[in-house]
Amino acid sequence: MQLGRVLAAALIICGMGLAGPVFAESTVRIAWYSDGNEGEVLLDLLKRFEAKNADIKVVVDQMPYKAIGETLPVQIASGQGPDIARVTDLGGLARYTLDLRPYLKDPAYWEKNFGPFLAWMRPEGDTQSIPGLMTQLTVTGPYVNKTLFEQAGIAMPGPQATWDDWAKATKTVADKVGAPFPIAIDRSGHRVFGMVISQGGKVFDDKGEPAVTDAGFKATAQRLYDWHKGGMMGKELWGSVSGATYRAANDEFKNGQVVLYLSGSWQIAQFDKTIGNAFDWIAVPNPCGPGGCTGMPGGSGLIAIKTAKDPKAVGRVMDYLADEDVLREFYSRTLFVPGHLGLSAKGVDYPTASPLAKEALGIFSKGVGSVAPLAFRLQGYPYNRLVFNAVISRIGQAVSGETSLEEAYKRIDADVAQQIAERKK
Amino acid sequence: MTVDMQRAATARPMAGFDIWGVVVRVSDGPMRALQRVLGERRMPYVFLLPNLVFFTLFVFVPLGLNFWYSLTGGAALFPSQRPNVGLQQYGFLFDCGSMLDASSCREDHFWRGVHNTLFFVVIQVSLMVLFSLVTALVLNRPIRGRGFFRAVYFFPVLLSPVVVALIWKWILQRDGVLNAAITTLGGQKIIFFVDPGWAMFWAIFVSIWAHMGFYTLILLAGLQAIPRDLYEAAAMDGTRPMRVLLRITLPLLWPNMIVVIVLALIRGVQTFDEVFVLTGGGPGTATLMVVQYIYETAFANQAQNFGLAAAASVVLGVVLFVLTLIQLGFSRRRAGA
Repeated sequence: MQLGRVLAAALIICGMGLAGPVFAESTVRIAWYSDGNEGEVLLDLLKRFEAKNADIKVVVDQMPYKAIGETLPVQIASGQGPDIARVTDLGGLARYTLDLRPYLKDPAYWEKNFGPFLAWMRPEGDTQSIPGLMTQLTVTGPYVNKTLFEQAGIAMPGPQATWDDWAKATKTVADKVGAPFPIAIDRSGHRVFGMVISQGGKVFDDKGEPAVTDAGFKATAQRLYDWHKGGMMGKELWGSVSGATYRAANDEFKNGQVVLYLSGSWQIAQFDKTIGNAFDWIAVPNPCGPGGCTGMPGGSGLIAIKTAKDPKAVGRVMDYLADEDVLREFYSRTLFVPGHLGLSAKGVDYPTASPLAKEALGIFSKGVGSVAPLAFRLQGYPYNRLVFNAVISRIGQAVSGETSLEEAYKRIDADVAQQIAERKK
Repeated sequence: MTVDMQRAATARPMAGFDIWGVVVRVSDGPMRALQRVLGERRMPYVFLLPNLVFFTLFVFVPLGLNFWYSLTGGAALFPSQRPNVGLQQYGFLFDCGSMLDASSCREDHFWRGVHNTLFFVVIQVSLMVLFSLVTALVLNRPIRGRGFFRAVYFFPVLLSPVVVALIWKWILQRDGVLNAAITTLGGQKIIFFVDPGWAMFWAIFVSIWAHMGFYTLILLAGLQAIPRDLYEAAAMDGTRPMRVLLRITLPLLWPNMIVVIVLALIRGVQTFDEVFVLTGGGPGTATLMVVQYIYETAFANQAQNFGLAAAASVVLGVVLFVLTLIQLGFSRRRAGA
C-alpha cells in the first residue's frame, strides 16, 4: 500500500515534469551568435512567443561567430543543421534556404519590408523566394578615439576627408599621445572592399565576373601595405596569422590603443557597454576617394533552412520575429540599424543608448544612404566570400613580407578563378 | 587452445554474489557450441570481431571515403553529389616549377605547409629526443625531490593542447608577461608573433614543453629496465661515466629511443592544434603546417574545397604510413638481432 502511494506520487511528479515538453508538439532550433546583447534580447522575445504558442518550443543554440562560419555550413550541408540560423554569409548559404512563402501569414509584408535584402539570401537565379529576415543591417565605417585627438590638440578631418587625410591626422595624434596604432582595420575582405570601391575599384568585369585587382584595388592594397610598413597599422592583425583568418581590433580600440578603427555598425552596443566613460569615441563618415565615400553594406540574416523538420512551425516563429513591433523592440534594445524598410523610414528609438552610441547610430544610419550600388552588388554576389578570402590571405602574406604586392595580385586573381571554378563544378 | 571458461570462473575469488561467475556460466554454453561449429583455430576471430567492426567503421570506411573525396570536385558535401575529377586534385597539389620553391607551385600554401612541417619536425623531434633523454637520465639518478620533478615534467602532458597554446599566447603577446618582464628589465617589447623566426621558435618551444614529459616517461621506463649489475660491473672496472653512457645505457635504451623518435615524428607531422591557436599559422604562412592547410582548405571561412583537402590528407597519410613502416622495420630488425 505504502509502495503504491510512493509510485503514484512519483508518476505524478514525472508527469508534471514532462508536461511542458509533451504539450509542445514541435521544436524549432535556432543557431545564433552574438556580438553584443542580442542573444539575451532574442531569448526574452521568444519566451513571449512560447507563452502564446504553447505547441511550439524554440531552442536557441548560442554559438561563437567562428562556428557560424566554419561548422554550421557543414552541419547544414549534411542535413543535420538547425531549422533557423543567424548568419552573415547570406549568398554562400543561399542554396540551403527554405522558401518560407507557403508558411507565412502575409508574404507581401515581407516583400515590402525586406525586399532589397531578400536578393542577398536567394539562390542564384531565384527572384521570388523569401528565405528569411534581416536581424541587423550593417554598414562598415570608422570609429575614432575622440579623446586622443583632444589630448593631442589636433583637429579631426571633416566629412569629405580622404583616407590619406585621416592617415596623416591619426599618425600625428598617435605620435603625440604615444598610441601604438594610428589605424586598425579588421582583417576582413568585407572591410577592405569599402575602401576599394571608394578608390574607384570596379570589382567585376563587363561580363559580371570578378576582376578584382584593378587600379582601385591596387591603390587600396598599396596603402594597406605602406601603412603596415610605416607603422601606421600594427602587423598583429593582418600580418600575424595566415590564410583567411578573421581578426578584429575591437579589443585594441576599447583599450585606447587605436586612433581610428575601421569596422562597422555592429560594434556600437559593445563599445557603448565596455568603453563606458574611459574615453569619448565617435563614428565618422567613410573616408572618400575617386570612387566616392562608401562603406560596405552587410548584416546578419535569420534564414530558414530547407531541412527544417516542421516548416509550418518555422514559418510561425519567423512571422513572429519579423513582426514590426517585435523587430522594433529587438533593434531598439540591441542598438542595431534596422534591416526592415518600414522601421528604417519611421525610425527606431534607442532609449538605452548613451549619447555617444546614439550619435554613432545616426552616422551609420546616414551612411546606409551613401553606400555605392556596387557595394550592394558585391554584398549580394554569392561567391563574395571566395573573393574576400583570397584578398586577406594574399595581402596578409605581402604585409608580413613573405611576398611582393605584385605576386599577391597574381595570386588573388588565380585563387578567385580557381575557387569559383571549383564551386561551379 | 581450449576455452575453459568454467574453470576461469571458479578460479576467481567468490565474495558474496559473484556477477562475473554468473556471466561466465551463462555464456559458457553458447561459446562452447560456437567453438564446436567454428573449430578452435577460428575462435580467436570471434573475439577480434567486435573491435574489427569498430575499426572498420571508424578507420577503414573514413579512409576509403577520404580517398574517394580526393578524386572528386565541387563544394557539395555528399559523395553522390560530387563530380568525379580523377587525379585532378593531386595534379593541382603537385603542379610545381620546383617543389623546393613554394612560390613556383600552383598550391603554394600546401608547399609552404610541407616545408614548414619538415623544418618543424626535424628541429622539434631532435630537440625533443635530446631534452627527454637528458631529463630521463637526470630523473633516473637518486636526486632529492625526484618524485616531485617527475610530476612537474609530466604535468604539461595532462593539459589540453589548446589550453597550452592559450597560456603561452598570453605570456608572449605584446602586453604579455614576458614583455612585461623584458620592459621591467629595461629592454624593448618584442612582438614575437609578427616575426617569422620568433613565431617558429615559440611554436617549437611550446610543443617541446608540452610533450617532453611523455617521452621522458618512456625513456625513464627504459632506463629502469637496464639491469643494475651491468653498471656495478662497469664501476668495478673503473669505466668512465661517458663510456658507461655510450656503451651500456644508450645501446640498451635504443628500443625505447626508436619508439620515442617514431612517435615524436608522427606527432610532429600531425601538428595542428597548438600551433594553430598559438600563431594561427602566421606571420604570413611562416608557421602554416600541412594539417592547418587541410583544415583551412576544407572548412575555414566556407572555402569548402573538400576534394583538394582530401587529396592533401591522402598525401599526408602516405607520409605517416611510410614513417610507421620505418618504425616497424627498426623494431623487427632489433627483434631479429
